[in-house]
Parts: sequence; C-alpha cells; structure tokens
Amino acid sequence: MDDRGCPSGLEIAEPISNAADPRAFVKTQADGGYSLELLVRGAKCAGCLGRIEGAVRSIEGIEVSRLNLSNGRFTAEWHKKDLEPRQIVQNIVDLGYGAMPFQSQTADAQKDKDARELLLAMTVAGVASMFVMMFSEPIWIANKYGEMGTGTRTLFHWLSALIALPAGAYSGRPFFKSAWAALSKGHANMDVPISLAIILTAFLSLYATANRGQHAFFDAIVMLEFFLLIGRYLDHKLRQRSRIAAQELLALQAVTAQRLNADGTTTSVAVGNIETGDTLIILPGDRFPVDGIVLDGTTQGDFSMITGETAPVLIGEGFEVRAGVLNISGRVTYKATKRSDDSFLSEIARLIEAGEQSKSKYVRLADKAASAYVPVVHGAALITFVGWLLVGAGFEKAIWNACSVLIITCPCALGLAVPAVQVVASGRLFKSGILVKAGDALERLANVTNVVFDKTGVLTLGQPHLVNQSEISPSDLANAALLARASRHPLARAIARLAGPGKSVKSANEVPGFGIEGEIEGKKARMGRAEWVGAKIDEQSETELWFKLGDENPICFKFEDTLRKDTPKTIKALKDMGFEVEILSGDRKAAVEKAAIEAGIENYRAELSPFDKAARLDELKAQGKNALMVGDGLNDAPSLAKAYVSIAPAAAADASQSASDLVFQGDELGAVLEAIKVGKLAKARVLENFYFSAAYNLITVPIAILGHITPQFAAIAMSTSSIIVSLNALRLYKAKK
Amino acid sequence: MESIIYLIPIAFFVAAIGLGAFIWTVKSKQYEDPKGAANRILIEDDDKPLL
Repeated sequence: MDDRGCPSGLEIAEPISNAADPRAFVKTQADGGYSLELLVRGAKCAGCLGRIEGAVRSIEGIEVSRLNLSNGRFTAEWHKKDLEPRQIVQNIVDLGYGAMPFQSQTADAQKDKDARELLLAMTVAGVASMFVMMFSEPIWIANKYGEMGTGTRTLFHWLSALIALPAGAYSGRPFFKSAWAALSKGHANMDVPISLAIILTAFLSLYATANRGQHAFFDAIVMLEFFLLIGRYLDHKLRQRSRIAAQELLALQAVTAQRLNADGTTTSVAVGNIETGDTLIILPGDRFPVDGIVLDGTTQGDFSMITGETAPVLIGEGFEVRAGVLNISGRVTYKATKRSDDSFLSEIARLIEAGEQSKSKYVRLADKAASAYVPVVHGAALITFVGWLLVGAGFEKAIWNACSVLIITCPCALGLAVPAVQVVASGRLFKSGILVKAGDALERLANVTNVVFDKTGVLTLGQPHLVNQSEISPSDLANAALLARASRHPLARAIARLAGPGKSVKSANEVPGFGIEGEIEGKKARMGRAEWVGAKIDEQSETELWFKLGDENPICFKFEDTLRKDTPKTIKALKDMGFEVEILSGDRKAAVEKAAIEAGIENYRAELSPFDKAARLDELKAQGKNALMVGDGLNDAPSLAKAYVSIAPAAAADASQSASDLVFQGDELGAVLEAIKVGKLAKARVLENFYFSAAYNLITVPIAILGHITPQFAAIAMSTSSIIVSLNALRLYKAKK
Repeated sequence: MESIIYLIPIAFFVAAIGLGAFIWTVKSKQYEDPKGAANRILIEDDDKPLL
C-alpha cells in the first residue's frame, strides 16, 4: 500500500495533548447507545483509512468505527457505559493524525439532504426525458411522413404525459420553491420564468392531448429541468466543499480547559463557560483559551498565530497573555481576566463574520445576468401573446406561441454557463494544489487590482530553516536531534524535522527561556541559549540555537525564516501584470524590511495589529481598489475575510483558511499567480458563454415569436446550446498556463 | 402494432427498476464518501469469501 504523503509514514507528529475533552461531545442515541463525531486531519489513502478505523475498533465495546475520507469526518458508536471517549481520540492521535471532537450542525445535515434531493431530482428528470423521447421521436417522424394515425399519436401523447407530469412535478420542486419564495417577497428571480414555462407547457400540452392535437411538449418539460438541474447540482457541490472548511474552524473553537478549584481539584470546563477570575492550568502544547494574567510558572509562548512574530516570547508571573497563544515549554497557572466572548479570539471571529457579510454583498455575474434577463423574457412572451391576439389569431394559438418563447429562451445555457466554467476551473486549480472554496471567488479574482501579502508564512516559508548546515557534521545533527525531538521550541522542531523521525532522549528537562538538557550515551547534553550551554559570544541572537555534548565544543545552529524559492519571481510577474503589491506584517520592522528588499516589494508596513491590517484593507476598498489578500496567521483572518478576495497557504491557521476563498498547498507562491490567471480565463469563458446564450436567443426568439418553432427544433436547439456551453467551459482545462 | 401493447409495459418496468435502484443508492447515502469507497476496496483486513 502506498503510504506517501500520509502523516504516519513521513511527518513527525507533534507531541499533542488534546485540549478538547471529547466527553462533552458524546451524543446519546435513541436506543441508549452513544456516538461521537471527530474531525480527522491528514487521512489520505486506504492505508490511513484502515489504520484509523482499526485502531478505534480495537477498543473493547466499539461497534461502529467509520471514517468518511471525502470530508474527514469520523463516527464511532458504542453501547458500553464505562467506555472512555478520550481513548478514541488518543488512539487516532497516536497514529500521527489530528483528531478533534466536533459537533455537527443541524443546518449542515439539511444541506446534505438538499444535495441528495437535487441529485434525485436531476436523475428523475434525466430518466424521464429519455423515456418521453421514446414516445415523442416516433411522433416527430410520423408528423413529417404522416404514417401515424391520430389514435396512436394520442396514445403516445397520453403515455408521455403519464411520465412527464409526475416526473416534472417532482424534479421541478427546486424551481417552484425558489420562485414562490421570490414572488412572496415581491420580486422575481430566474426561477419565475422557468416555473411559469413548465406549468404553462404542462397545461397546454394536456389541453392539446385531450383535443387529439398534433403537438404536445411533454418532452420539453423534463428536458428543460434536466439541463437546469445539472447546473444547480454542480453549484451545490462546489459550495459544499467550502462548508467543510468552515466546520473545521468551529471544531477548533470548541475546546475545553482545566480549571483549578479552590480545594485543589481540577475540572474540565468548556471554554464558553469560563468566568473571569477562574484559575486555569495550561500544559505545554495547549493554547491559552481566554485572555488572562499568569499567576505561576514560566514558559515560552508562540505568538506567531497572533502577531506573525516568529521568535518565541518568554512568559512569566504577571505576564498578560491573549487567547490563542500557544504554550511551548512549561506548565503555567493563570487567571482569566476576560470571558471567552470578550477575548481576543472572539474579537477576531467577530471581525471575520463582519468581513464575510460585506463579501456576500458581491453580486455574482450570473445574478446580474438573471436580473437583466428575466424582464426581457417576460416582456417578449407578453408581446408575443398580445401581438398574436391583435393580428386576429385565436386565444389558443396566441398562448401557444407565447409559451414557446418561454421554452426556447429558458436559460439552459445560461444556467450552465457559470457552474460549468467554475467546476472546470476549480478542477484545473485543484490539480495544481489550489482549493477553491467559493465559486464566485474565481469571478472576483479576475477583477483584482492590488495584491497584499503577509510576510511570515506567505512570502517566507514560515518555518525556521537551518542556514549553516554545511558547518555541522551529520553525527552532531543526529545527536542534537535526540534532544530536539523532546522539545516544542520552533527551532528545536526545525532540527527534528531536518533529522527525520527517530529516537529522543529518555528524560529531558526543559528550562523555559533557556533550553533543554538530557543525557546522550551517558554524557550530559544541553541545547539552548549560548550562555546556558557555556558558549562565549558577544550577543545572543533569537535565531541561534547552541548545542553542547559533554566536554565538546558548543556547536551553533543558525536559523533564518527564508523566502519561498519563487517569491521574487512571483512578485516580479505580478508587478509585470500591472498589480500594485504591498506587505502588511505584524512582525518587527527590521525583519519585514529585509524580506521586502529580498522579495522586491517597495511598499511595506510592519508591526501592525490584526485591526490595523483590516483597516488598511478598508482603506483600499474606499479607494475603489480590489485587493487580493494572501495571509496565513490568525492575525490575518479578519483581513482575509474583509479583502475583495483572499488566498491562504495550507499551513495557515484553521481560522484563516476558513476566512479565505482559496487555499494553496505546497511551497510555491506561484500558486497565487496561477489562481489569478485561471480566474481571468474563467471570467473570459463565462462571458463567452453569456454572449453565446444571448446570440442564441437573438436568433431563436424572433422565430418563436413568429410562431415557427417546432418541437424538434426546440429540443435540438436547447440541447446543442447546453452542450456548446459545456464544451467551451472544458476548453479552460487545456488553456496554456 | 400489437406488439407495443407488451413492449410499452415492459419498457416501463425496466426503467422503473433502474430508477428505483438509483433512488435506493442515494437514500442509503452511497454517494456521501466517493473517495472512501474508492479506497476501501484496497483494505484486505477482514475480507472473507462470500461463499
């Protein structure tokens, strides 16, 4: 079995102590059993699937252990009362995968149900149109050569009605519902002419059949629905992907913390229930859940999610910490000064929400087209009806011709124009490792004028990178890795990553702010600050790590957060394409300046708070600029949500990934360029499709108004226009890069 | 033309079976995890012959 790319095979799992207590997420079933849902990260192949399900199944009492590989949801069910849910999470985490308890939302279950109903409606319409065609084909041919008697023709019409009416009523529900919702609010959407055409055609065809007439349009009803439903289903699928990403953010927030009670005992409380004044214990590897003041203990805090600053900060008694800071090395107790709702994380969450609301005001191209299209179609049909009455045709003929205008203009091609292109464009981007979360993001990408970058983790790799590896012997590296694997310090993790998986020292002692010590082959070993290992240097740098084994000379490991390899090239290409490029960073000025010069960006701002960044994006918006924000930290999340369109790397904070429209994998910043290019191509294809639909209508509508549309023509014209639009969309897949 | 008396009901019946089977697969959530289903066939652990 192929294990490449799976955490259990390659990556080194972080020493996780999961902060969330899964007991709070266990649900009781109707039959007295229990179930727990987890969000599993990193599972990719059959090997992962088998290992994860097997590991949980090995717990005594587990009855159902099933992982959904498509969306990463894991479900366990059991009846045994004393089964410890934490064991389920632990077994998965031990394999090297991330696992978070997760509460599924009722709204999501409804969306899944909607997707299933759309799929059913689409299939029913498809099967029905094939079946009706079986009867209408002979009628068309017979009408031409006159070989069918009225009796047989009417029988075939009745049989068509028998299939098309129930199928049409069933598959038409998505349109009827939406049209009714729009009408009852006093405005019209694209579903109104569609529903009107379907209902009118059904009644007129029934009337014609009852009078043994020559034409009935039963096949048109189901065919119309079939083509329109394909577009709807594709659109729905695209949105479903973005919902899954949003759920991960919720899972991240739903954690518990250890509260220290007055009598010295601890209880685990949900973060939402923490009151100000509560004393909490934070272990290494956990995040501080609310803002507060440290009472006891020293540690180092990783602020990179909050400020973008890469170097760890020493946290001691009296230090004011903010929610979201990662505790690296020591156990601390601290007093909550704010409730979870008022804490830094929630402020960020509120900003994200505000940003997303402003984003939802964007009017999608398809909606713009629809708002122009609907009155025209209604007008044309009305003119046809009135016109035929005026020239003296009977009521029946007038309404028939008005109806064929509605059918022929029915936006099959228009309905497919956007979703077909978006699905193909997302498919192409997916192949280059870019995940499109919102369909309209592609449209917005095409209108970008400014590109705004965060520094840490975007222009740079976001991870310290050993720059003097050539001066260090492999055996020294291997020895240093023995110590490094026991630490959570970012620089130590970098050494551990470089050395690969392996053993770590048995008993390591981490001294917050200084380093880590342990025993290697009977000799004392220390790793950390220069003075701590006994090295004599003039100035201690935050990007150096010293290692001393026994009596040997101390070795210096120098680190830098290097630029991504293709950053300068990408920036240059973006500038050549005419975009204004700038950096907004929370890091120190010197660090930002250095990166800006290397990357070739003249405009940069440093030491910004998340709120400053969001304000800058508002400023750009006020100037009428459409900004593309590329960011990764939690401090970027509000700006990502506020920006006209946003991209986050896959290594970004979960909240940032949820707030952004696209996520790219891999080490290359060129993904940003590729996304913009595909966005522009996609917009060009969408517009082509619109023009084609308009041209198609310009030709066919006059013919319909004049009453010359035959069933054959309507059927052929409708399908060919839909096929042409889909083929045009497929062209995007092959378009040169 | 008499043959259509038999052929049409047969056609209805065959189409109904196909549609019914599809509705069953959707209702029993067989399209919820296409990636998982594709990979699950590779797991051999508790694979026993049917007969």
